[in-house]
Amino acid sequence: MTRIVVDPITRIEGHLRIEVEVGGGTVTDAWSSGTMFRGLELILQGRDPRDAWVFAQRACGVCTTVHALASVRAVENALGITIPTNARLVRNLIAGTQFVQDHVIHFYHLHALDWVDIVSALSADPAKTADLAQSISSWPLSSRTYFKGVQDKLKTFVGSGQLGPFANGYWGHPAYKLPPEANLLAVAHYLEALDWQRQVIRIHALLGGKNPHPQTYVVGGMALGIDPNSPTALTMRRLSEISELIGQITTFVDQVYLPDVLAVAGFYKDWASLGAGIGNYMSYGDFPEANSGDPRTFYLPRGRIMGRDLTHVLPVDQTSVAEVVSHSWYTYVDGDGTPHHPWKGETNPRYTGPQPPFETLEGSAKYSWLKAPRYAGQPMEVGPLARMLVAYAAGHPDVKKAVDGALATLQVGPEALFSTLGRVAARAIETSLLAHRLGVWLGELEQNLKRGDLAVADVSRWDPSRWPAHAEGFGMEEAPRGSLGHWVVIDHHAIANYQLVVPSTWNGSPRDAEGRRGAWEEALIGTPLADPERPVEILRTIHSFDPCLACAVHVHDPARGVSTLIDVV
Amino acid sequence: MMEADGSVLRQLLVERGVSRRAFLKFCGAMAATLALPSSFASTIATALSTASRIPLIWLEGQDCAGNTEGFLRASHPTVAEIVLDVLSVNYHETIMAPAGRAAEKSREDTIAAYPGAYIAVVEGAIPIGEGGIYCTIGGRTFQSLVQEVCGKALATIAVGTCAFDGGLPGANGGPTGAAGVTAIVPGANVINLPGCPMNVQNLTATIVHYLTFGSFPATDSLGRPHFAYGQLLHDQCERRAHFDAGEYVLAWGDDGHRKGWCLYKMGCKGPETFANCPTVRFNDRTSWPVKAGHGCVGCTMPRFWDQMSPFYRRLSNPPGFAVDVLADQIGLGLVGVVAGLAVVHGVASYARAHAGAAPAEEAPPLPPPSTEPGAPPPPGGLPGAEPGPSSDAPAPESPDEEAS
Repeated sequence: MTRIVVDPITRIEGHLRIEVEVGGGTVTDAWSSGTMFRGLELILQGRDPRDAWVFAQRACGVCTTVHALASVRAVENALGITIPTNARLVRNLIAGTQFVQDHVIHFYHLHALDWVDIVSALSADPAKTADLAQSISSWPLSSRTYFKGVQDKLKTFVGSGQLGPFANGYWGHPAYKLPPEANLLAVAHYLEALDWQRQVIRIHALLGGKNPHPQTYVVGGMALGIDPNSPTALTMRRLSEISELIGQITTFVDQVYLPDVLAVAGFYKDWASLGAGIGNYMSYGDFPEANSGDPRTFYLPRGRIMGRDLTHVLPVDQTSVAEVVSHSWYTYVDGDGTPHHPWKGETNPRYTGPQPPFETLEGSAKYSWLKAPRYAGQPMEVGPLARMLVAYAAGHPDVKKAVDGALATLQVGPEALFSTLGRVAARAIETSLLAHRLGVWLGELEQNLKRGDLAVADVSRWDPSRWPAHAEGFGMEEAPRGSLGHWVVIDHHAIANYQLVVPSTWNGSPRDAEGRRGAWEEALIGTPLADPERPVEILRTIHSFDPCLACAVHVHDPARGVSTLIDVV
Repeated sequence: MMEADGSVLRQLLVERGVSRRAFLKFCGAMAATLALPSSFASTIATALSTASRIPLIWLEGQDCAGNTEGFLRASHPTVAEIVLDVLSVNYHETIMAPAGRAAEKSREDTIAAYPGAYIAVVEGAIPIGEGGIYCTIGGRTFQSLVQEVCGKALATIAVGTCAFDGGLPGANGGPTGAAGVTAIVPGANVINLPGCPMNVQNLTATIVHYLTFGSFPATDSLGRPHFAYGQLLHDQCERRAHFDAGEYVLAWGDDGHRKGWCLYKMGCKGPETFANCPTVRFNDRTSWPVKAGHGCVGCTMPRFWDQMSPFYRRLSNPPGFAVDVLADQIGLGLVGVVAGLAVVHGVASYARAHAGAAPAEEAPPLPPPSTEPGAPPPPGGLPGAEPGPSSDAPAPESPDEEAS
């Protein structure tokens, strides 16, 4: 057995260390370790619950805005507040834009380099790239001259000898399968997506004042002045600007991102049978299309799938969520393996790992700053694949049509979804569906304003003197990376307890008291490694989950010295 | 090695089809951000078009990558991209291709090949409690990485509030001993760009200043450049006229809110915050929080998570009309105490031990709102002391502060 360490896992948010054991060229066991802790849950204690979203939003700047939303929902739930229609639609627009922008950035800037060999693009024939581009899409930037220009820029860049962030990549690795012309296409779109993302995210600035970290949420609604007739508030002109940006969003997603994903996937079909993981999928559901808060009104449905059984969609009840810290650097007063529902959650950091500098966590019973969340005791996978599977199994018409279309294009069956490639495809499908839904929500917002409804917040419980002495609430949300929950306990107008159970904590969880692995750990088992010194295959499966470690924090355990250490750190 | 002929940027301009006019326009915007006379645009243009590529190592510690995302949103897309291309971003975990050992090699190679000649950027706080175990990368403490990388750098830019003074993880209740760069590497040449996140326009301008003049722009006593942090936000605010006229938002969504009146009574911290958000704005100058309808939370200020919260409590003593006041003058009493505390806090104080030492005019942030005394009214003579014309709008849901 050989132990391989990859730390830092790059092209993610936050600090992740992966240790695996390899036998016969294949990963046989894995450990996921979050290596950074801030203590956000402790910092929130004692503060004004109306301030919590400002703090919580800083859980992550990549999936910015999602923790703000979960936080205001949790406090609104505790205080019994129903937000008005305009606030619901503005929140959907901000969250939906975040999904689309985040997913596109993830594919091109965080994930693509696991599949795309930049150096290979230097030897592409631009004419063939143009042929390929025109065969998969009607996107106008597809001429031979255009790709020749991109290739020339790349040659100049490489010729300078300063490769910047691309230096020491795994270029030429045998696991790269794309032909040079496809690599050149991907490089061109890597650059185009950089420009696109900073343009379209202006929707967040128009509705939230800025991005990252929009700043118009308030408990009760949105602090956004809306008045079609006032030059300083959200006017019809700004609404039409948003409409134009939504147009740019859908065009790019439909003509660039989705075709690229399907084209790249066609060269990597072996990854449709790798990286499956635990096979339990959960979605809290989101994007309310009515004010009641009833999950049945959500655009993306709530549900669970256990053991890859797509014939049953099981319910989700927040009281079944609990965390243990048997293998995490925390202690519980009543025992580290005792499940704690977040309202009874504890955050008592206690590091017991090796003193730095260290080479391996092998031999450490506890090995991560992530807690281990479980649903009714079971580990779950969350994220775009989980959402699409739950919706597909529930018979969601848009999802069914999009998923079946993608499967037909790739000539694979639904079982191919349970894989690394399935996650990549599900994310792209979801992006397209949500991109198109943005226009629906904007249209509803415009209609509502035309009816004269300008309300942005329910402020009837803004004043703490109208709060009960004790209140408990939860805010459930689907963030781009999966199911996100904030739980709050309010005593005498101040936060008594605040717990976040976030997507990457579900997926990146360490083992629980029974030794069951988390989703990343399980998905890595069986991964082939062509060259352990350059473990691009590990990155493929880990990146397919789109890890986000700052949010989440909130490779076994034998005697030391048993394995040989290959330090790939 | 660095380019000898120094024509990289000129090449990039030509390759990307950027007209000379667009480039000069960008240089003019930079001169304006830096508060330089417009004649400096040509000086900047000359400097930029002859600059060599400088290697850069971007470290992330106790961060959320919000500043990284801001960096990716740099406005004036094409030109700013070129300016940033003048830097060779050799190590940045969020965007770099290699991982693990190969990634660390990129960092080590840069330090070895360009000793004292690269720029370090630090994002996130540095936890020094328990020997630094709250953040490790490649098995090393982030603290040791910052000390090595910044210690050997030509200069260090601390982006965002966490790298400035410990920020969020350094707020009261944080258990990790989070501190800013200056406290960890006292001898390093550090410029601070606080903000949550920082405004990328200020980062671009700082880099442009460096490339043009060979030095960082002038700073205040906290290492923040005057061009970005030298003026009260309140004095640049587009809603300022409403403050002066006594026209206030009293409840979210009320008549004043829809008309864009002053957010002071909703807790806006603009009157005590030094930043250029109103003029520079965010996301290609599209907007900023107060323009959109929410108060400023004071995120560029020292220990703002504790000093500026509760965020919806009205400031008790805004400086009013003192438009010529400078950060150093107004801030020294408050800031000196706080900066000293930040260092102490980083070393030993993990809990809320210093909450009681908060500046006298601000109550400690932690007691629940119900136990707070109402904020005292502003001093007489300020328009804020009296409700403005908006008082005819009923405000039954007015914030608790109004009870006083």
